[in-house]
Amino acid sequence: MSNATATTLDPNDLVNHDAETAAPKKGSVAEQQVDITEVIKELENLTQPVGQPFVEDQKFKTRHVDVFYDKTQAIFDANLDIGRNEVISMIGPSGCGKSTYLRCLNRMNDTIPICRVTGDLLLDDENIYDKNQDPVLLRARVGMVFQKPNPFPKSIYDNVAYGPRLHGLASNRSELDEIVEESLTKAGLFKEVKDRLQTPGTGLSGGQQQRLCIARAIAVSPEVILMDEPTSALDPIATATIEELIDELRESFTICIVTHSMQQAARISQRTAYFHMGYLVEVNETSTVFTNPEHQLTENYITGRFG
Amino acid sequence: MSQATEVVKAGLAKRYARERRFRMYGLVSIIASILFLTFLLVTIFAQGLPAFSQTYIQLKVDLSPEVLQVTQDDSPETIRADGKFTKVVQNALDERFPGVTDRRERMALMRELVSTNAPYRLMNSVLDNPDLIGTTRDVWFLSSDDVDTFMKGNIDPSLPEADRRIKDHHIAWIEDLETAGQIEKRFNTVIFTEGDSREPEQAGILGALVGSMYTMLVALLLSFPIGVAAAIYLEEFAPKNNPFVDFIEVNINNLAAVPSIVFGLLGLAVFIQFFGVPRSTPLVGGLVLTLMSLPTIIIASRAALKAVPPSIREAAFGMGASRVQTVFHHTLPLAMPGILTGTIISMAQALGETAPLLMISMIAFIIDIPDGVTSPATVLPVQIYLWSDSPERAFTEKTSAAIIILLFFLVVMNLLAVLFRKKFERRW
Repeated sequence: MSNATATTLDPNDLVNHDAETAAPKKGSVAEQQVDITEVIKELENLTQPVGQPFVEDQKFKTRHVDVFYDKTQAIFDANLDIGRNEVISMIGPSGCGKSTYLRCLNRMNDTIPICRVTGDLLLDDENIYDKNQDPVLLRARVGMVFQKPNPFPKSIYDNVAYGPRLHGLASNRSELDEIVEESLTKAGLFKEVKDRLQTPGTGLSGGQQQRLCIARAIAVSPEVILMDEPTSALDPIATATIEELIDELRESFTICIVTHSMQQAARISQRTAYFHMGYLVEVNETSTVFTNPEHQLTENYITGRFG
Repeated sequence: MSQATEVVKAGLAKRYARERRFRMYGLVSIIASILFLTFLLVTIFAQGLPAFSQTYIQLKVDLSPEVLQVTQDDSPETIRADGKFTKVVQNALDERFPGVTDRRERMALMRELVSTNAPYRLMNSVLDNPDLIGTTRDVWFLSSDDVDTFMKGNIDPSLPEADRRIKDHHIAWIEDLETAGQIEKRFNTVIFTEGDSREPEQAGILGALVGSMYTMLVALLLSFPIGVAAAIYLEEFAPKNNPFVDFIEVNINNLAAVPSIVFGLLGLAVFIQFFGVPRSTPLVGGLVLTLMSLPTIIIASRAALKAVPPSIREAAFGMGASRVQTVFHHTLPLAMPGILTGTIISMAQALGETAPLLMISMIAFIIDIPDGVTSPATVLPVQIYLWSDSPERAFTEKTSAAIIILLFFLVVMNLLAVLFRKKFERRW
């Protein structure tokens, strides 16, 4: 780990309790500075995350996942199960590897030439990085919603119909209409747009665009939906709508969501994984993580001492 | 006021002065370029517009079978071979100017008053309509280029007779025709319907125009798909940070700056010498211009592809689209306006290109209108060059007229570029 990454951790107190000499204290806050080398040492000693990283009924099973960007390692030995039909949220400071981990789950990292993923990632006991695994098929099974709403510059209808058309899920026009309507309804957007399905999707508001992207993702009936900070570009009202939506989608899909908002993680997820500097530190029931975290780093993060 | 505020205040006047100066430089350069452009256009139009009218002379021709020595029952071949049309025109001139009896002056009437193609024109109209044989009718003939130049006021009659192409007796004939209303200027259709000719009054731009069109067609059909495919490969599929790919990129950028005549030499050596493509044809011209416009198209297309937001690609990949599907469903349509603009601009550049075509002998003097990509042809800019090099005074205005036509096509192409841009533009 370089020093540049280390600076993100500067104003916190942790592990090292005799750090008065290292750096000046911040105002009247009687907190002690952290020694970054100590943190790394502690993280390296983690053989598996504290808490309950493994579940019985797994959708995803990932073991010893390492991700490298060229020579920089972004994720160190992540072990995690994602249960069927659960919402799992991934939290952690910027650059901690949670988005990278998420993007491993549908091989979106393939599009980055310098990115290299090792370890076992199993979706329903199939290795998704297997040579015979087709990324196209995988991405049809594991959909993704991105941080910035990114509808195609096509009509609302065509946006939602894109996936079904691509994979040939509808044999005729009326079936396609049905899929589009159902997906838009599930995404809570149908009422608002039913009279203007042929208008450009880019003309919608930010929140509507994001719901359109969710509708687009669920139109191909994926098994898992990955969401990379889906509400970070939205206002609180649009965020609330999407959070409600996620809660409803849980019935039919497994959802992994990366978020910077701890309240959001607390509201919508059943389990929470805490990443720190590329290490998966703690995985627990969401209520446990936010009320009684097992790891000191998690506690520091959720109490807002850093991050 | 604090000290800092005072320092800022003291410097303000200087700052604003600098800004005003800079704005002024910009304004001056724009005004200068507009002036130059206006000067250019005014000169070309002033010189070229007269070329769009042409002097015609009316003669009463007697198409009786006795003079023609063919009848209307004869086959077209016989009429073409045996019809004495030159005799008919000569007779008409003799009749019109009964005072001219001297043999040399009578020949001058034929050679220097009407265009040399007058008998052919007459023959063609008779071939179109054999019923004309046996009638006597008024026919308008093209005048010779010297008469035309005189009629347009480009020959000064006050010069000594030896210094001008139109002599005093010519002027007398013209004045005689004028008083009888038998000479007039009409809209020049010849320039749009004929190929090149050594006689200015018979020279037209159509051959060069068709040649240019075939050449552009070949160049477009080759350079657009190849250029776009190369750009897509380099931008979307080629491995990044690969030394070989970098090497190709650098070379493409360098090729865009290679003088165009070098491409002409390459075409001569490779296409004509090695592959045996017929020289002086739109095919080889198009090939050479393809080489020339490829770098421009590739660079413009890559820039357009690069400008497509990565979020669109991610969205497509996330939906399970393959790389090729992502390119053809999303990236390429979004980049299309930029690609088309780049292509049309490089085609416009190719349309105006002369130097490389000289090397592949598209400068040949060709009268026929080309009827395919393998028939000998010349192109508009080369035609301009050829005419500007011709000694006859009447070619001066033809040159400018050809420039006007070329400019017209360039403007049309650039308008197309704007239209395509507007039509395909999509917001994201």
